[in-house]
Amino acid sequence: MSEHDGRDEVETGLEDTERAHREAEERAVFVAETSEGAQELMPRGTTSAGELRQEVGAVLRLPEGGYVDPGDIDIDRRDDQTMIINMGPQHPSTHGVLRLMLELDGETVLRTKPIIGYLHTGMEKTGEELTYVQGATNTTRMDYLSPLHNELVFSLATEALLGIELPPRAVWIRMLMAELNRMSSHLMWMATNGMDLGSTSMMIYGFREREMVLSFFEKTTGLRMNHNYIRPGGVAADLPDGWQDDVEVICETILARTYEYDELLTGQPIFRDRTEAVGNISAEEALALSVTGPILRSTGVPWDLRRTMPYLAYDKLDFDVIVGSYGDNFDRYSVRLNEIRESIRMVRQIAEMMPPGDYRVQDRKVTPPPRARIDESMEALIHHFKVFTEGFRVPEGEVYVAIESPRGELGCYMVSDGTSKPYRMHIRGPSFVNLQALPLLLRGGLMADAVAVISSVDPVMGEVDR
Amino acid sequence: MSETAPTAAPVGTTAAILPEVPRLPDRLVDQLAFPHRETYHQMVGAFRDGGFELCADLCAVDYLTHPGRTLPEGVTPERFEVVVNLASLSMRQRVRIRVQVPESDPVVDSIVDVYAGADAMEREAFDLMGIVFSGHPDMTRILMPEDWEGHPLRKDYGVGRVPVQFKEAPGPR
Repeated sequence: MSEHDGRDEVETGLEDTERAHREAEERAVFVAETSEGAQELMPRGTTSAGELRQEVGAVLRLPEGGYVDPGDIDIDRRDDQTMIINMGPQHPSTHGVLRLMLELDGETVLRTKPIIGYLHTGMEKTGEELTYVQGATNTTRMDYLSPLHNELVFSLATEALLGIELPPRAVWIRMLMAELNRMSSHLMWMATNGMDLGSTSMMIYGFREREMVLSFFEKTTGLRMNHNYIRPGGVAADLPDGWQDDVEVICETILARTYEYDELLTGQPIFRDRTEAVGNISAEEALALSVTGPILRSTGVPWDLRRTMPYLAYDKLDFDVIVGSYGDNFDRYSVRLNEIRESIRMVRQIAEMMPPGDYRVQDRKVTPPPRARIDESMEALIHHFKVFTEGFRVPEGEVYVAIESPRGELGCYMVSDGTSKPYRMHIRGPSFVNLQALPLLLRGGLMADAVAVISSVDPVMGEVDR
Repeated sequence: MSETAPTAAPVGTTAAILPEVPRLPDRLVDQLAFPHRETYHQMVGAFRDGGFELCADLCAVDYLTHPGRTLPEGVTPERFEVVVNLASLSMRQRVRIRVQVPESDPVVDSIVDVYAGADAMEREAFDLMGIVFSGHPDMTRILMPEDWEGHPLRKDYGVGRVPVQFKEAPGPR
């Protein structure tokens, strides 16, 4: 192939790679079922009974031997009276690239099918190619409104496999940042939810308050979003000087402002008319659909992983789990608004109880040595180099770790084969699972309320599609 | 509420076992169960009736290049594994079910009739790993386009083999 003898070795190497690649291709199984059916919402005549049940949101188990006849559902509707319309993926109120297909009878929504994947970037596959040191930069981009929770769950899973224990300060810094992030995420939700209901003032206020939290993040981590701050072994840097004052200003301002939101929205008749008894879900239905987070709590189930399965040091904090009673839009609003207040309570306690000490584990195999040590010690230089080039090896095993993100249970299932890259990294995104509740929430409601209901589920498409 | 006795393994299924799992110091070790494909659906149903109300997660793992993983005796390792994480709200407990699925016949029973919430997760496992869940009402791709070929999370999926597809450009097919 080549005229130059010197390149022979390179060519052989390339051929080997190509052969390996070809072999892998031949090995790839293209099973017949890859050309499966359409993802879209189809007319009733061509939809199976099971699929139809899902699309109308009939989720509870039938009694033994029960059978659903498609004719039983909305028996007076016929295809020629209904219309299937497409909403999204470029609709301004679907919070990103969510696409919904809705079957309407006049203005009433009968069936819904969320169609997702427009933002799919293969982050789970990418995660297998990145070392544990690099992994947090990948996961932080999934749920871009609560990046610190994503980093946290990844780090907790890695640490569980490593079997290391963190110094207390690292744990409490993580908790502080996670709670601030919950505030910023809920404020963002308040803003968009207000906008979807026509309250543009709320949108401006929500963004204004969120910016305060993000400024603190910028000061601490260097970035407003996608921080890569929480890493396996601790956090990237200690809190900046005077952080107590910054945090207290944030708490004080936002707490006072939440009472302004009360005046603006909570007691306002128009807002209540638009949200009360809209998009109802019962506790049984929410559990059957694996729905977690504020949506589940709005139905009255006190399930909050910070309380029920404590991680970090949440068992040392005094806070309330906010629950609703009707599971409608208004309850979801109240749960989130009050969770901001609870987070403020927690942040104040954390600021008071923050232990001194190291902000990351002093294990040279996991965390890099301090910059000053590199000039003095050859060992430190080697460790520094190794951690950032190869990463550290994680013992074989598999683990599932779940935390309470602002949207619900955020889980990470991680399999390690003993190398420095995860063998499999699966993220259980709460938005992805919560979206399944949409057909149920929208059914029988008005088209005009659909936007408000979608907003109340709080989907973040970066996490849905990953 | 949390004082309730831990669940015993459901009767008539593979005994739930507790192998050595690395754990966080403050975290309960999840219970692990390794049913066979035939008893998987029945076991999930038994857990559901035994108080595990929430199907927290379902995903699949391709063990093609890592065959030597630790499994309890009596479980034959296969290429694929379907992993289901269930949670009990009343007992504050988790259980993880791992089913071996052979490469030659990647089919496993769907648990959508037990947990309606497994719907999207099973579609995701099918889409990205190519596990077929028999009995699922709508077994279509969820994240990838519906005419995509192959299952990207499989270890032998050629990354970069399919060129980036633009409209009206001559595609690979």
